[in-house]
Amino acid sequence: MSALSFERFSYTYPGADQPALRELSITVEPGEFVVCAGLSASGKSTLLRAASGLVPHFHGGEASGRVLVGGLDTRDHGPGDLAQVAGTLLQDPETQVVMATVGAELAFPLENRGLSRSSVARGVEEIALTLSIADLLERPVDQLSGGELQRVALGAALAARPSLVLLDEPTSQLDPVAGDELIWVLRRLNEEWGTAVLLAEHRLERCLAHADRVVLLSDGELVCDAPPREMLGWAAEHQPALQTPAARLFERAGLRPPPSGVKAARATLQAHGLLEAAELPEPVAPERHRRRPRWPRRAEPAARSALSCRGLIVQLAGGREVLSNLELELAPGERTALMGRNGAGKSTLLRILAGLEQPTEGKVESAGRVALLLQNPGDYLIHERVDQEVEAEVLADFGLAGLASSHPRDISGGQRQRLALAIVLGGERPSAVLLDEPTRGMDRAAKADLVSRLNALSAEGTAVLVATHDTELAAAMAQRVVLLSGGRIVADAPTAEVLSGGWHFATETARVLGGQGQAITPEEGGALLRARMTIEAAP
Amino acid sequence: MSARPASTVLLRARSSLSALYGFSLLALALAFTHPLVLLAVGAATFGAARLSGCQQQLRVAVRFAVPLALMLAVINAVVVREGVTVLWRFGELPVFGQIDITGEAFVYGLLLAFRVVVIIAVSALLVAIVDPDDVLRRMRRSAFRSALTAALATRMIGVLTRDARRMDQARRCRPDCGGSGRRAQLLMVGSVAAGALDRAVDVAATLELRGYATRVAPPHGDSLPYSRADRAVLASALGMLALLVVAVVFGLAHFEPYPRITIATGLTEVLFGGLIVLMALAAPVIGERGRQR
Repeated sequence: MSALSFERFSYTYPGADQPALRELSITVEPGEFVVCAGLSASGKSTLLRAASGLVPHFHGGEASGRVLVGGLDTRDHGPGDLAQVAGTLLQDPETQVVMATVGAELAFPLENRGLSRSSVARGVEEIALTLSIADLLERPVDQLSGGELQRVALGAALAARPSLVLLDEPTSQLDPVAGDELIWVLRRLNEEWGTAVLLAEHRLERCLAHADRVVLLSDGELVCDAPPREMLGWAAEHQPALQTPAARLFERAGLRPPPSGVKAARATLQAHGLLEAAELPEPVAPERHRRRPRWPRRAEPAARSALSCRGLIVQLAGGREVLSNLELELAPGERTALMGRNGAGKSTLLRILAGLEQPTEGKVESAGRVALLLQNPGDYLIHERVDQEVEAEVLADFGLAGLASSHPRDISGGQRQRLALAIVLGGERPSAVLLDEPTRGMDRAAKADLVSRLNALSAEGTAVLVATHDTELAAAMAQRVVLLSGGRIVADAPTAEVLSGGWHFATETARVLGGQGQAITPEEGGALLRARMTIEAAP
Repeated sequence: MSARPASTVLLRARSSLSALYGFSLLALALAFTHPLVLLAVGAATFGAARLSGCQQQLRVAVRFAVPLALMLAVINAVVVREGVTVLWRFGELPVFGQIDITGEAFVYGLLLAFRVVVIIAVSALLVAIVDPDDVLRRMRRSAFRSALTAALATRMIGVLTRDARRMDQARRCRPDCGGSGRRAQLLMVGSVAAGALDRAVDVAATLELRGYATRVAPPHGDSLPYSRADRAVLASALGMLALLVVAVVFGLAHFEPYPRITIATGLTEVLFGGLIVLMALAAPVIGERGRQR
């Protein structure tokens, strides 16, 4: 019996003109690890909702064909029944927790199964240890960060040890370390418990190496169902936006077949003599800032920098320091990526730089207005029509003129983000633009559009600071990377230096090449490899 | 909504008993206007909060309650025309007619204000000591739909509060700070309300996905035996309810504000007030002492 099977399944949301899923036939066998890929709005989330029974039981709409989950037909069994065999984690962790404390949240699905008190306690303990959230068990859920919430919600989905796990972008709020850890946990569950995994993800480079198969959707249709390498070959021809950085690196270097992950890529390069086996990445660059002089001189005039902060300290009521004596200066037109683990203080720093919060100590100086785009672009949209949010010419500048009469909640995630950016950039030109995790849930095409907008702003002299977990975005847009840890700057150096010198805060290209030549993008890596091939080919 | 590690007796006891304890105090505050009884209930509430480590929640609640209570005292003094001891005579005013401030209305207004503060303090204690998750768990067995609604509502409070906070920050990030005045506020409220339906649907979907609707009963005999904390809290609550019944049946702590203030101030009332404090603090004190042994 398959863990999940779609049989010619089609589905149309209530009031929609076009079906979200069309004649879909997919099977996931017990113990399989399947990645669901596709551009934004290709039907990935709807597929997962259909597998969990929310479609059509919860959302309504029209469905044809059938879906079997662990042998249960979703036409006869609702999400409650299906929860006995499938654990589901949807996109927004804020609405994925329903109890007041973490311990109660993890116990909830176990109690709903009618397990004994001792079984519930053991289940909670096991899943808390598996996901490294044992120290959060007593914490109220309303005090958790986004990343912590996501791990707790995942814990609740996995607590009852379902035979099938359905996950919709589970790493979207996690830093690279936590994201990698989570994928490894899924791999472990898959290998040791035999749990079938269906994972929808935009950052394919994170999960392809672990996948048995990839199902690729486009406009609600299944366009490719193949092992990762074959899927990457298909994507190179039909949907280049879905290629991983390593696959693009190989394409630029003229190598075939595309690798499914770093290990496969390195093995191929070593086999071709293009990578020395012993080469190891260099350590992360040290902090670029000078040591603070014992008798500090007077600060240089603020006019030279677009935005600066000195001696920033943020202390919580309990005494914990979120930011510790932090100093940062952004030059006009400089593009900087702010990186670090969940809870490192990135969002707090951005809020303070934008004047939304006041530091406990220290001061912020700016040459003009500071615009801040917060994590959720939907929070900026408060009117009934798109054209009420910003003026018509600004809408046209951002390519949104055609949506003028639409309701802001009805437009896509990428369009919503462009609109929110248009809102914060309106009026007087800002001296600095700050963005907090702008690429959450974005496909590569939308990311490329964002990068070109940020580059244009930078060219006009606006400093750009982007807090992100996305190393590929940082490599594409930033000239400099500031790495925060525990509220302190632990690295501040040119992008290539930081992102080529580590394991977690490194691009896939840098990990494949082991940091050689400080190549961090597929284009740079491809050029490096081609140069090596030329040298080897030369007499 | 907040949750705390169950380190003290009132927080360790099962939620149904903590709730009974809180409601007993609330019933006393609602049943009597006698200042001595209100004073006793107030003292008991603050004592219990201190012994349970919840004094911060109470302080916040009282800070919110005091202005409201004072407003009530002023309104009572101005509006009520009963009482025979005229303190100030304001004469005839348009719409309001003859305005006389009587000593009885003034004193009763202050008492009402004090009562409001005590009731809000007891409610804050109740919220602090009762685990909402446990309440929902227990409610579900007997009243599934109500528990589902309550689960959604309690979760939505937190979700919408955070939504509103985030949206307010986003508003302040707009170049014009999202405008000002009533229109801007209405826009914000409208936007949060419009999003509330979507959020409620998402939270409800999560409840479904966690198997809330399946209602599989736990194995028979799986409930825990009453702990020492449970027994202490139950005894305290029953003791307070017994005091309430006895006082009502025998007409103790009599208080009449109009036309003249009539107040029973005998040894019985003093004893009654003392017993309330004693009963309320017995559970946190005795239960904790037993634990230390």
